[in-house]
Amino acid sequence: MSGMSRIVKTITNVAFPFVMIYGLYVIAHGHLTPGGGFQGGAVVASGLAMILVAYGSIWVVGKVKEKHLSVLESLGAIGFISLAFFGILLVYLYSSFEGTFFSNFLIGQDTIPIFNEIGKGLANINTAGIIPLMNFAVGLKVIAGLFVIVLVMAYSTRIKEGK
Amino acid sequence: MNIIDDIILHSPALIVAIPLLGAFLTPLISKINDKVRNVFVISIVLFTSAIVLLLANDIYSACGKIHTYVFGGTAAITEGGFAVRILFEVDGLNIFMAIITTILAISGVIYSWAFMKENTGLDKYYTLYLLMIAGMFGMILTGDMFNFFVFLEITSIASCALIAFWTSKGKAVDAGFKYIVISAIGALFILFAIAILYGQYNALNMAVLASNIQFSFLDKIALVILISGLAMKAGIVPMHMWLPDAYGRAPASVTLILVGVTQASLYGALRMIFTVYGGKLTTTINQIGDVNIDLNLLLGIFIVGLALVTIFIGVLMALKENNFKRMIAFAAVAEIGYIILAIGAALTTVFSATDPRTGIMALKGGIFHILNDALDIGLLFLVAGAIYYATKETSLNRLGGLARNMKYTTIFFLIGLLAVSGMPPMNGFASKLMIYESTYQVNPILSIIAILCSILLLAVFVKVFHSAFLGPKLPKFDNVKEVPKSMLLAMGIIACIIIFIGLFPDLVVNNIVQPAVNALTNNSNYINNVIGGI
Repeated sequence: MSGMSRIVKTITNVAFPFVMIYGLYVIAHGHLTPGGGFQGGAVVASGLAMILVAYGSIWVVGKVKEKHLSVLESLGAIGFISLAFFGILLVYLYSSFEGTFFSNFLIGQDTIPIFNEIGKGLANINTAGIIPLMNFAVGLKVIAGLFVIVLVMAYSTRIKEGK
Repeated sequence: MNIIDDIILHSPALIVAIPLLGAFLTPLISKINDKVRNVFVISIVLFTSAIVLLLANDIYSACGKIHTYVFGGTAAITEGGFAVRILFEVDGLNIFMAIITTILAISGVIYSWAFMKENTGLDKYYTLYLLMIAGMFGMILTGDMFNFFVFLEITSIASCALIAFWTSKGKAVDAGFKYIVISAIGALFILFAIAILYGQYNALNMAVLASNIQFSFLDKIALVILISGLAMKAGIVPMHMWLPDAYGRAPASVTLILVGVTQASLYGALRMIFTVYGGKLTTTINQIGDVNIDLNLLLGIFIVGLALVTIFIGVLMALKENNFKRMIAFAAVAEIGYIILAIGAALTTVFSATDPRTGIMALKGGIFHILNDALDIGLLFLVAGAIYYATKETSLNRLGGLARNMKYTTIFFLIGLLAVSGMPPMNGFASKLMIYESTYQVNPILSIIAILCSILLLAVFVKVFHSAFLGPKLPKFDNVKEVPKSMLLAMGIIACIIIFIGLFPDLVVNNIVQPAVNALTNNSNYINNVIGGI
C-alpha cells in the first residue's frame, strides 16, 4: 500500500499527537474514568493505523519491524502476569502481608511511598495500587497487537497489487 | 510455612498462570534457539503437572475436601454479602479433569517435538499450545460462570488457530473456520444463559447461584441454552459436524488437546446440571395422572435420546469413512455418546429415594469413561499422526503393510484398538462394562444398543488395522522408517496408562472416580464451602 496525497499527510501530522495523547490519557486514567488499557490501546493503535494509511505500509515497515512489535506484545502480557505473580511473591518480603494471586499489594502500605494515596481527592492518580500498572501492561499489549495485525494485513496487500 | 504448603495453597491459580506465563515467554525464548524452546515448553508443562499432582494429593487426602482459592483477597464474599470476587473451587471432579488434561498436555508436547519439527512458525505454535492448555485448566478449575466463559473463548480461539495451522492445505483453514463459527455460536449461547442467571440473582459465582436458584421460567430457558451451547462444543450429534473436520485436519498433536477441550465442555455441562441446577433437579415439572414427571427424569430421557443418536451416527459414519483421521474422529463422537448415555441414565435414577445405586454406578461409569475416552482416542490420533508423519498419507485405500516397517506404532495401534472397542484387558472394557451394567437396569434396550455399537466400533478398527498395517509390503513404502523416539515416547506414555488402568480398574475407580462422583451427587458441600460463613 503506497502513501496518500500531501494534504492527507499534513492533516495526519497535525492530528497524530492529539490521538496519541488522548489514547495515553485513557490508559493512564483507566482506574478513574471510563476506559482502561484495552480502550486506550485501541485509540493509540488507531492513531498508528492512521499513519499507516497516510504514509503507506512500505514506508511504515521501513521504520517499524513486525518482530519488534511482537516482542513488545509479549512484554505487555508478561508484565500483566508478573504483576499478578508479585501478589504471591511479596509474601516472602513482608511477613505481615497476606498475598494471593492478583492481590493489590501496592495499596495500603508504606514501603513503596509513591504508590500510596497522595492527597485526599478521589481523582488523584495514585489511588489504585497496581491497577494503573496493569492498565499500562494491557495497553502496551493492545497497541502492539492491534498495530501488528493492521500492519501485516496492509503490507500483504502488496502481493495482490503485484509489486 | 514451607514452600510446598505455599504452592498447594496457591496451586489453583498457579496451574492456570504458569502455562499462561509460559505462553507469553515462548516467543521471546524461541529467539534463542529451537532446543531451548522445546526444553522450556516441556519444563513449563511438567512443572504445572507437578502442581496438579500436589493439589490432587491434597484433595484426595480427606474425603470431600474442597480447595477454594479467591483471587485478590481472602474471603469469597465481601462485606455486605456481595459475591463479586472471582474464585477457583477445586473438588473431586475438577481435579479428576485436571489429571486428564495433565496427561494429554505432557504427551502432546513431547509428541510435538518431532512431529512439528519441519514446520515454520513454531514459536506461535507453542504459544497457542500453552494458551490452549491454560484455557483448558481454567475451564476445568473455575468456580465462576463468567470466568468459565472467558476461558472457553481463550480455548476456542487458540484451538481455531491451531486447527488451521497447516494453512498450506486449504481444507485445514476451512475446518478452522467451521470450528470458530460453531464455537462462537456455542459460546454466545452460554454467555446469554449466564446473562439470564446474572440478571435474576446478581451473582456469577457458581456456588452462590446454586444456593439461590429458584427454577423460574427464565432459569429453565437458561438451562436449555447452557446445555445446548456446551453440547455444541462437545460435539453431540446434531451439532457434531465441525468435529470430524477439525479433528481430521488439525495436526495430530493438536487433536490430542482438542479431545481434552471437548471433555472440558462436557465437564461444564456436568457442572451446570449437577451443581448449579443440582438443588432443583427433583422439581416436578408436569403431572400425568398420579405420576410426577420430575426434571431429572425429563432431562435424563432427553440426554439418553441424544446419546443413542450420537452413538449410532458416530459408529455408522466411522464405518463408511476411509480417511484415517476422520474415521477416528467419528469414533470419538461415538465415545462421547457413551459418556452422555451413562450420564443420562444416571440422571433418571440417581435421585430416586429407593435405590440410587444404579444411578451412582452409571455416573461412575460415565466419569470413568471420560478418562478412558481421552486416553484411547488420543492414542489412536497419535498413531494416525505417526502414520501421516511416516508416509504423508491419510487415505486408508492407499495404505498397507506398515506393520513390517513400523512395529512399535503397530503395537500402540493394537492397544488403542482394543481399548476403544472395550475389549477385556484394556481400560475401555472396565468403564464400558459399568455403563452396560447400569444402563441395563434402567432399560435393557439401551445397553443392547450400546454393546452392539461397541462391536461395530471393533469392526471399524479391525478393518483399519487390516488395511493399514497388515497385508503385503507396498513398494512405495519401502523406505518408510519407524517414527522418531519422542513420538514413540508420547504414545508409550498413554499406552502404559491405558494398560495400567486396564489391569487395575478398581484402584482408579475407588481413588479418583469415586470422589468425582461424590462431588457431583452432593452439591451442598460445594455450596457450603463458599457461603458457609453466612
